[in-house]
Amino acid sequence: MTSFTSQVINLFAAVLLLIAFAMLSQRRIVTLINLFALQGLALVGSTVTVAWATGQHHLYWSAGITFVLKVLALPWILHRLIRRLNVKWDIETLINIPTMMLVGIVLVVFAFNLALPIAEFSDSIARGTLGIALACVLMAFLMMITRSKAVPQVIGFLAMENGLFFAATSATYGMPMVVELGIALDVLVGMIILGVFMFQIREQFDSLDIHHLEKLKED
Amino acid sequence: MDPLPALSAIDGVMLVVVAWFAIGLAGIAALHDFRLVGRVFFPLSAALSLALAAFALLALPGAPQVAVLAIGLPDLPFHLRLDALSAFFLAILGLASAGISVFAGGYFRQGEGTPPGLLCLQYHLFLASMAMVLLADDAYAFMVTWEVMALSSYFLVTTNHRIAEIRRAGFLYLLVAHVGAIAILLCFGVLQANTGDYTFANMRAQELSPFWASCAFLLALFGFGAKAGILPLHVWLPEAHPAAPSPVSALMSGVMLKTAIYGMVRVNFDLLGSPIWWWGVVALAVGLATALFGVVFAAAQVDMKRLLAYSSIENIGLIVVGLGLAMIFAAYRMGSLAALALVASLYHCLNHALFKSLLFLGTGSVLHATKERSLGKLGGLMRYMPWVAWTTLAGVIASAGLPPSNGFVSEWLLLQGFLFTGELPNPYLRMLVPVFAAGVVLVAALAGYVMVKFFGVIFLGRPREEKLAQAHDAGGLERLGLLWLTAGCVLLGLFPVAVLEALDPITVALVGRGLAASGSAGDWLLLAPVSAARASYSPILFLLVTAAIVAVAFVLVRRFYHGRVRRAAAWDCGFPMQTARMQDTAEGFGQPIRQIFEPFYRMRRELPTPFDEAPRYKVTVEDPLWAWVYLRIAAATEAASRWVGLLQRGRISIYLLYSFLTLVALLFLTQA
Repeated sequence: MTSFTSQVINLFAAVLLLIAFAMLSQRRIVTLINLFALQGLALVGSTVTVAWATGQHHLYWSAGITFVLKVLALPWILHRLIRRLNVKWDIETLINIPTMMLVGIVLVVFAFNLALPIAEFSDSIARGTLGIALACVLMAFLMMITRSKAVPQVIGFLAMENGLFFAATSATYGMPMVVELGIALDVLVGMIILGVFMFQIREQFDSLDIHHLEKLKED
Repeated sequence: MDPLPALSAIDGVMLVVVAWFAIGLAGIAALHDFRLVGRVFFPLSAALSLALAAFALLALPGAPQVAVLAIGLPDLPFHLRLDALSAFFLAILGLASAGISVFAGGYFRQGEGTPPGLLCLQYHLFLASMAMVLLADDAYAFMVTWEVMALSSYFLVTTNHRIAEIRRAGFLYLLVAHVGAIAILLCFGVLQANTGDYTFANMRAQELSPFWASCAFLLALFGFGAKAGILPLHVWLPEAHPAAPSPVSALMSGVMLKTAIYGMVRVNFDLLGSPIWWWGVVALAVGLATALFGVVFAAAQVDMKRLLAYSSIENIGLIVVGLGLAMIFAAYRMGSLAALALVASLYHCLNHALFKSLLFLGTGSVLHATKERSLGKLGGLMRYMPWVAWTTLAGVIASAGLPPSNGFVSEWLLLQGFLFTGELPNPYLRMLVPVFAAGVVLVAALAGYVMVKFFGVIFLGRPREEKLAQAHDAGGLERLGLLWLTAGCVLLGLFPVAVLEALDPITVALVGRGLAASGSAGDWLLLAPVSAARASYSPILFLLVTAAIVAVAFVLVRRFYHGRVRRAAAWDCGFPMQTARMQDTAEGFGQPIRQIFEPFYRMRRELPTPFDEAPRYKVTVEDPLWAWVYLRIAAATEAASRWVGLLQRGRISIYLLYSFLTLVALLFLTQA
């Protein structure tokens, strides 16, 4: 059975990584949000599997929070946001997409190398997935760097948190409940603040293109 | 031990703190009610101050009392301890704040910045935090209350926050206070010697190597020096004191500066154990430089509160000189001499708390009566404000260090300490320290000069402006406050032996010896700190003889000279037109000192030509340290931030790339 559950977890991890790559290459914002919701769903699946396999009851709770927050609430807010802001397309990335995919592959190799010695020490059933979690974090970060619009950057930020959460569940069966609640709240509040911020940016510059923020630099 | 076993002194002190807190909160409830806040809350708070002083005096001779308060972070309670040193400084707080609070009840007026209720909260938070600083027995409690003290006093300084200059002064104060707080925190970090236990009891138990002990000493000198105003960290004092309302200036100068002295004594004599001799020399040199600087600049000031602020710097310098001398003696295990110097320092703390509060309150009354802070526009107020003038005169005499006032006693004790430096084993010190003594004498003399200027220009002569004739005397509550502090100054000057005996437990605890045992024990009239054969002083005898001589002279003049008082025009040098403008001014009076000490100042003088139709004379005296130290630090900071500014590209992607590269590099490093 253990080998079966670890197979399932590995499957979810692979899905996570695949979605991370998909997000890196996706230009349409609506699809990006859907991918983000999907990634959240994969995360919920892996968390529930770990919880069931190890009997850690608090993991059910965190899976529930993740589901409500990242699969339902945040995508809904984001969808509303882009409808209100009337942005559908992310016109272009700063680096072209094939190059970004190559950089992403390098990052995955780097992350796996990095996670290898740590995974040796871990006795968790999902220890092989730490590298994937790390790769997800780094790739989300890469996405934030290379997008020129505000909304995809916010999604990158949220995806990074997904990666961190996955790292926590896979390496140490999750963080303490207090920390988890704190992070969930942080993400929600951060989302709301960024939303307000985006409206302000558009008010000011009539566009969500963050190039305009360069004007704020002091000379 | 004490007559009320149910209520120990430390509980009493904490009750006072809680009651102060309650009064502060009540002030919020009565936010705009001047009558209630002024007539009820502040006098009530003064009564609490008296209770605090009583508890403190009760605890002074007793054994240390401890308490643990489970407030703050979990597993990190406040440790409190009331020993002789804390009790003495709490007594200073209680005695001085009693007078100041009563005065404040009559002082604060409608329409001056912060509403009265808020002011009441800030004021009482300030009082309560000072009491808690003095009680704290671990670094955590100390730092928390120290910061509360700094913040509440910042808000008090900026009471009239609509004036940009006052906001600037407040900011400068806050900045220096925080730089100092960092040094204090680091000092505690050194003192706990990697044990992770920040209670003072643990710090006392640690034996530091000379290097780390010296680090702790220097950090403490810097950190507490920033609060006390020693050179070159004094810059906030002459800005913040004139900006603050007078009762607040009084409280800050009289009491808050003393908490910094308390910190120095606590760290250097209690927590660090035995000092090294060169620490004393450093403290001595810094203290003397501060005192000389303060008094020379006080002589050049034309704003009465700035003058008092510089005078505070001078007094703090003298106190630090006393501490330095005590450290030198303690380093060579000369217990009774160390006790003498320490007592002189502590006595001066008490005296300065009373007379400087008195003087600041006096300037407050003058300010309210005339709306004028500049000495050039005052004068002749003694006829219109006799209460303020006579009580201020007592403070002036004390501040000038004239017998039989309290100021004389402490300065005399300090000089007595210097006279024994011939017994030091180190020949260099034997030669060097008398030079410092000469410097102290110079400071004392100049302090007299400054005080003559202060009192003479404000209260004597004729009014320099027409409107001064309408000046009214202080109100009832203000008079009560002034009288209380005056009485303190006089009594402390007349009964020094009682004070010395009260200070005995402190020196016994800190340097192992007391003064009462060696000299004057038994004779409450005669002060003889080392032995009656060397030097002794009896203030009451002095007072009686002086009074008798004055009385005899008065009677003789009346009897044999003309026997009548005649009011007539003064001899006019053959120049018929005389106006009040022709009196000696503050600038004129300070001119000789400005001439002698010219290299100290940065002066800008504008002299009119002989043909000028509307001649104006203007001189501004600036602090040279501001240009030498602070402007250079500012320039260096700006240069450094320009380099850092190169990182600023204005593009979010670049910023994100910075963190991304940092993250990858760190991950790479941990892997290796």
